[in-house]
Amino acid sequence: MNKLKNILTVFKREFLSFFNSPVAYIVITAFLLFSGWLFFQQFFLMGQASMRPFFGLIPILFIFFAPAITMRLIAEERKTKTISLLMTLPLGNAEIILGKFLAAVALLGVGLLLTLPYALTVASVGVLDWGPVWGGYFGALLMGAAYLAVGMFCTSLTSNQIVAFILGLGICFVFFIIDKILMFLPEKLATAFEYLSVDYHFHNIARGVIDLRDMVFYLSFISAFIIYSIYAIQREDWR
Amino acid sequence: MIEARNLSKAFGPIEAVKDLSFEIREGEVVGLLGPNGAGKSTTIKMLTGYLTPTTGTVKVAELDTSRDIQSIRRRIGYMPQDIPLYEDMVVLDYLHFISDIRQIPAASRREKIKEVAERCSIEKVITQSIGTLSSGYKQRVGLAQALIHNPDILILDEPTSDLDPNQIVEIRNLIKEIGKEKTVIVSSHILSEVQATCGRVMIISEGKLVADGSPDELLAQERSDNIVHITFQGIGPDEGLEAVSRIDGVAKVKAAAEGRFIVEAKTGQDVRADLFHLAVARQWVILEMRTEQISLEDVFRKLTMN
Repeated sequence: MNKLKNILTVFKREFLSFFNSPVAYIVITAFLLFSGWLFFQQFFLMGQASMRPFFGLIPILFIFFAPAITMRLIAEERKTKTISLLMTLPLGNAEIILGKFLAAVALLGVGLLLTLPYALTVASVGVLDWGPVWGGYFGALLMGAAYLAVGMFCTSLTSNQIVAFILGLGICFVFFIIDKILMFLPEKLATAFEYLSVDYHFHNIARGVIDLRDMVFYLSFISAFIIYSIYAIQREDWR
Repeated sequence: MIEARNLSKAFGPIEAVKDLSFEIREGEVVGLLGPNGAGKSTTIKMLTGYLTPTTGTVKVAELDTSRDIQSIRRRIGYMPQDIPLYEDMVVLDYLHFISDIRQIPAASRREKIKEVAERCSIEKVITQSIGTLSSGYKQRVGLAQALIHNPDILILDEPTSDLDPNQIVEIRNLIKEIGKEKTVIVSSHILSEVQATCGRVMIISEGKLVADGSPDELLAQERSDNIVHITFQGIGPDEGLEAVSRIDGVAKVKAAAEGRFIVEAKTGQDVRADLFHLAVARQWVILEMRTEQISLEDVFRKLTMN
């Protein structure tokens, strides 16, 4: 009970501080700008009332935006040393990481929510099947959370935001590209790599099929990186 | 209240704290004194559980930091060095954030925040964002943050480093007042501060405890009556040196300006009476005679410099 309350307290502070600094505005604006521009470019070419091109973009865009959101979460606290206060308050490391992670997910959620007008625009010019749209949003949030968990881990490793960003981008990219190199691999390895791909599971969900396997993948992927993060902030090299 | 046993902390090859043992009783106000890099902050960080000792144990209120760190943290108010605060937050929001974590019930929260703001005199800036505050105010917000839950133990790492003289006096008075009922640990390299606020001083040098006691005790340990400063009216250096050095107990004598002489007696001898008789015999007028005043600074320098 107390733990939940603590997570909520950390979450609240972190989420509000996104908006106290320019970070949230810049990240969200850039996300809307890129996704809107790239989507409508394809949309008018294709001439179909569908959000598929939008959800096709999301996995690539998030490779950049997820680490941009998470890069400061721990690294900045280390640089400004506020971490020494945070970690001597009666808070568990898991509570700190989870609170911050959820704040990042919430910010990403806000970004996604602000793309709803795209769907409404599409619906106004043609007949839009809303099923895959909701599936797409749900999948995008899950996949975003997976990227953010990677980013969370990267920011827990360093006191330098740029390092956290680049590292996060690299790892996210690996988990994105992993199913696109399958043709070079023996078949058995290929299935394993396909399963590890963040993008592959996203496309399953974005089609509107919510399969337990994809859910299990995302949840275990997120849990793994969150647990790594909790261990990573226990290291004392920065103190 | 606090018991450290054989505490050591190594960062790679660097040993910041070496085999430190001490005990702090409830209600004591202890000054942790040492030059920069002596291991004060490292010691404090181990007391708060921020750092884990390489070897040794810390017990706070009978609880072990390696096991019950969360319950210990609930009873500690801590202000780290350089007062790291969230610069983007408004002071009031920040205090609310801390109250949330400190589990101060919503009913008494407004009261508590008001009280602590008054105590640390930050009412004027309570609606300002922390980043815009002067370092003096920041320091006091840091103090407010450490006091808000009325902790049994207050740990302040260099609490007055950024304050002006008036604020220093204020903070010292506050520390003294808090020290009447709580256990307080203050680290500092400013000696006058420790002398003014603490009933007990622990001097740390190169990670080791080199002295432990009340300021008076430390002074008494190092006091020496064997150096006498004396000033004769209108006596030149040569004349004075010649006469004084002939006294039996004198080991060394140095002439300073305007008839002042610094006389070092042989160990265990008091030459003040002899100096008086000399002056009487020669009809010299003594303007001043005093034994050398040892300050805590001297003790500190002596113990921490090799």
